[in-house]
Formats: sequence, structure tokens, C-alpha cells
Amino acid sequence: MLINWFRFSSPVSFYPVAGSWSYAFGATAALLAGAGLVVALYIAPTDATQGDAYRIIFIHVPAAWMAMLIYLVMAGWSAFALGFNTRLSAMMAQALAPTGALMAAIALWTGAFWGRPTWGTYWAWDARMTSTLILLFLYLGVVALRAAIEDPRRADRACAVLALVGAVNVPIIYFSVQWWNTLHQGSSISLTGAPKMAMTMLAGILIMTAAAWCYTIAVVLARVQAIIVERERGAGWLESLIDLRAAR
Amino acid sequence: MSEFLAMGGYAWYVWMAYGGAALAIAVEIASVRARRKRAFEALRMSVEPTLRSPSMLGARGER
Repeated sequence: MLINWFRFSSPVSFYPVAGSWSYAFGATAALLAGAGLVVALYIAPTDATQGDAYRIIFIHVPAAWMAMLIYLVMAGWSAFALGFNTRLSAMMAQALAPTGALMAAIALWTGAFWGRPTWGTYWAWDARMTSTLILLFLYLGVVALRAAIEDPRRADRACAVLALVGAVNVPIIYFSVQWWNTLHQGSSISLTGAPKMAMTMLAGILIMTAAAWCYTIAVVLARVQAIIVERERGAGWLESLIDLRAAR
Repeated sequence: MSEFLAMGGYAWYVWMAYGGAALAIAVEIASVRARRKRAFEALRMSVEPTLRSPSMLGARGER
């Protein structure tokens, strides 16, 4: 099947697609999260050394992965917006920032409650934790910069530059546990080797990661719809949406 | 059930982590829904001038 992707590059045609995809991904996320939580809290066995405290891994790892991935996607849309001056790309970057901040905050929060029983401290200025905190500040910086600039097109460019400059932090987070001798442990799952954990634990993490992906897609598409309506107000095509909504 | 909730003695850490994450996600979903609703209300106000009465403008904080 051939999909004409250029059709989706304008807010007019993307708006209704974003709505239906948002609902589909949101429902999938709920199902996956339900199944993932059963595995995470019930099926997965108690860890031999960390006891049940390790169960925090099932939200900590997916949230930390999403926080990094969302930043790269946001930087990608920003580069696209700067290079091609496309409205929708900038709107996508704008819609991703708050959810990226949420994922970074969840990673830090759950990490603190995992660190306390296993390392004896809620927080340390460890390389990975510090670089993840910087990631959270970068997301908040993008959101604040957007709010500070009245003209949306100028805000698009300023935020895009900040997002691109900040992207250098993502490989620093990723490789921090290899580059520095640091408190945070190395990765238990890698693309190049066998995972160092039980199969049910791995399955739980992968299901929760899939749920985090679907959730992110759903909530970002819903937010981009709001942004389109906010920013395209005055464009004639939006008026038809009111009729559609009233009819529903 | 109480054994499940006790999480092998790690109840505080496990449930604070899961509870905090769940709360944050719930707040985000609610705020996105509210934002979409606000955007539509503003759009409706801008295209239906007959609805623009001074009292409503004030109540909705419209410019």
C-alpha cells in the first residue's frame, strides 16, 4: 500500500489523522501497561539480591529510555523545522517537550526510590544522574523559552536551536556509565549481548517500554492537536472542526 | 494481599515510585485534555462573534 506521506505534512490534513491515531495508541498503551504491571508486580520473581525493591526497574528503565529517545526525536523535528521552515515539524517538537520532561522526571523520581534501598542514598551527583537532571532542565528550558517568546515562528526557531545544542547531552547520558567510574550501574540490557536477567524480568521491561512508546505517541498527538488549534486560529479550515465537533 | 502490598519490606520505595509515576501521568493526561478543550473554546469564540458578550469575554480571559 502506498501512503502519500506529504499529505500529512500540513496541519489541515494531519489534524484528523492525529486524532484517530491518538485514540488507537492510547488504548494500546492502556492494554500494554495493564499487562506490563501484572508481570512487573506479580509474575516476575523477587530478585535474589535486591528483593522486591528491584521492581522499580519496570518503570525506571522505560521512562529513562523514553526521556532520551523523545529528546532525539524532538531535536530531529527541530532540525527539520529549521531546515525546511515547516510549521508542523515545529509543532511536533513543541508537543514533545512536556512529555520528555515528564519521562525524565519519572526516571529521576523512580531512580531516587530505587537508589535509597540499594545504594543507601536518594540522590548522588553521579555522572548519569547529573546528566539526566540536565536533560530535565533542557526540556523545561525549551518549554520556558517557548512561553517567553510571543511570536510563535520566532519561538520555533529559538527552541529548535536550543533543542539541537542540547542534543549533545543525550550520548553523554547514554555512555556515562562507561566513560566514568560512577555510582549508577552499567546497562543490563544491550543490543550487542545477552541480557543479564531472568526472561520474565526482561519481558516485563519490554512490555512496559512498548506501553511507554504508545503512551508517548498518544499524548503527543493529542497535544499537537491542541497546538494546531491554538496556532492556526484564523485559518479558515479550522471552522469546519467546530461543526464536526458539534455533530459528534 | 497484605503480603503483596508489603513488597518484601520495600513497600515505601516501590509504591512511592509507582504512585509518583502514575500521578504524573494522570496529571499530564488531564492537562492535555484541558488544553485541547481550552483551544476549542477559544476557537469557537473567535469564529462565532454572536457569542461574544462582554461578561463571557471577561470570564474566559479572552483578549
